[in-house]
Amino acid sequence: MCQVDEDYHDGLERAEVPSVSKKCVKCKEASAAVVIRAGDTYCRGCFKEYFIHKFRAMLGKNRIIFPGEKVLLAVSGGPSSSSMLSQVQEGLSQNAHKKLRFLPGIVYIDEGGAVGQSVEERQRTVAELQAVFKATGFPFHMVPLEQVLDLPSSVVVTAPAASEQPASAYKAAVDHFIQSDSSSCSTAQDHEQTSVPEVQESHTQLLQQLIGSAQTLTARQDLLNTLRHHLLVHTARTEGYSKLMLGDNCTRVAVKLLTSISLGRGAQLAQDTGFADSRYGDIILVRPMRDYSAKEIAYYNHMFSVPSVFIPGGDTKTTDKASIQRLTESFVTKLQADFPSTVSTIYRTSEKLQTACRNSSTADQADRCLLCMCALDTAVENASAFQATLTSEQLSQNKPSGATGTENPRQNPAPVEQESTAPSGQCCSSGGEDCGRTERGGGGGCCSSAKEPERTDLKSLLCYSCQLTIKDMSSLERLPQYILSEAQRRQRRSQMREEISEFLLDDGDEGS
Amino acid sequence: MAAPVAIHLEFGGGAELLFNGVKEHHVTLPSQSEPWDMKQLLVWIQRNLLKERPELFVQGDSVRPGILVLINDADWELMGELDYQLQDQDNVVFISTLHGG
Ligand SMILES: [Zn+2]
Ligand SMILES: [Zn+2]
Repeated sequence: MCQVDEDYHDGLERAEVPSVSKKCVKCKEASAAVVIRAGDTYCRGCFKEYFIHKFRAMLGKNRIIFPGEKVLLAVSGGPSSSSMLSQVQEGLSQNAHKKLRFLPGIVYIDEGGAVGQSVEERQRTVAELQAVFKATGFPFHMVPLEQVLDLPSSVVVTAPAASEQPASAYKAAVDHFIQSDSSSCSTAQDHEQTSVPEVQESHTQLLQQLIGSAQTLTARQDLLNTLRHHLLVHTARTEGYSKLMLGDNCTRVAVKLLTSISLGRGAQLAQDTGFADSRYGDIILVRPMRDYSAKEIAYYNHMFSVPSVFIPGGDTKTTDKASIQRLTESFVTKLQADFPSTVSTIYRTSEKLQTACRNSSTADQADRCLLCMCALDTAVENASAFQATLTSEQLSQNKPSGATGTENPRQNPAPVEQESTAPSGQCCSSGGEDCGRTERGGGGGCCSSAKEPERTDLKSLLCYSCQLTIKDMSSLERLPQYILSEAQRRQRRSQMREEISEFLLDDGDEGS
Repeated sequence: MAAPVAIHLEFGGGAELLFNGVKEHHVTLPSQSEPWDMKQLLVWIQRNLLKERPELFVQGDSVRPGILVLINDADWELMGELDYQLQDQDNVVFISTLHGG
């Protein structure tokens, strides 16, 4: 007994907690709980205030979301987008002058099919998130990625932008909104009990084949990104939203920025990482979390119990070198560990980037990339780096011996496979439209092989970066129909244009 | 001899996948001649809990960059990081911030 007592005492004495010495830099009273940026120590309360204020300030400064506007929040269940959701909730619950005044809805894209999750796993994740979404009271839409296979071609056509609203309209809209009472807010939120649409197994297989046809993880992630964007924009359009909020945080923006450069997306950088992105015309993408670091978000979510769901992706538990995206991420995080201002420096660089002269809203349909919808960067003069790359590529392909350039990591080991196996079917090679639709999924008939859009043809419709992604794909016929038919349409158009070109008065003056 | 130390460990943000998907662990560190610190805890976790791919959790003596550590709900940078001496009933949280979002 004595001994037990002694042991106990021993433990107690050692339990002198080395009290947290640092005080909060804000209130200078409470002891600090978080270190953000180099040396800034915040207590719990001040950290929360700082975090919430930043979100409101970001939206207030940019004045891009109008009062009463329907805004779709893309929530993946990950920490960043879950945090974004919690900030919108927080903002709506604030008192009058601080209140956010838009009408939020939530969209979740279930990508389980693409990364090989079982039906049960997917259902479990969806149920978990549904519970989170229901608790917000916002309408929500659960969309399986498989639906990307049934998108209309209009998704990859930039819609005319909503009428430009002058800056003064913002204030007027705010005033109007305040007067018209916020009661409409709650009635708009009819709880949509959208259960997840049934996913056909064959659709999941098609999706897997599509993703699987990208032979490198880099290309796979790029493709997945593109498809996800298309589906998000389509959902926003069909459900009547005009803004789409994405959860990219500043760590992610920094990674994306460097990744974009390595992937040859230099021309699209400003749009890929900016606060607002108008490449789709009518739907504006907004990134309100791009001021937060991954660390701030993780701490906030942990301290204030923001629910998030971890969803394993295609790159979970992979090594650093699995893809360019992963490699960049690990590079940035490692650098950040030793030099705490790494991320913010890269991030601030991204802020200085301007959308290039050929603004997204002015570029002609034909001048846009079929996949990422950015203005094409491939129509450049002969002396450009792009032309030089093309020339050297052509030269190396002319080599008589079949030496495949193995030094180039983007080149997959067997790129020529489908060209050689596909019998060049003659029966419906020119504009075989009628046989296209039924053949999705790729039977081995002569029609389907003839239908395969020529890689080189498709290339002319893509920006440099998307060309690289397509190059890493073993087969293009797995691409969703909406992309293929839009490609055909554009090709026909440019063909026609060429044929009548000598009769055209002004080259740039083309009607729709 | 220091007495055994009972602590509560939590893994989140995907880090739990390296621990068979189990997020919470109540563990007792055996008594040893010197007090337990974070550096020793990381070694202990690697030997006793970590199921796979240690390089995704630790790097050198410390945690891999991108994994955040909280000790009793405070940033471990405020607590001395690897030198922090663990107390009975401490709560240590590891959150991965890698490829989340
Ligand atoms: Zn404070
Ligand atoms: Zn593109």
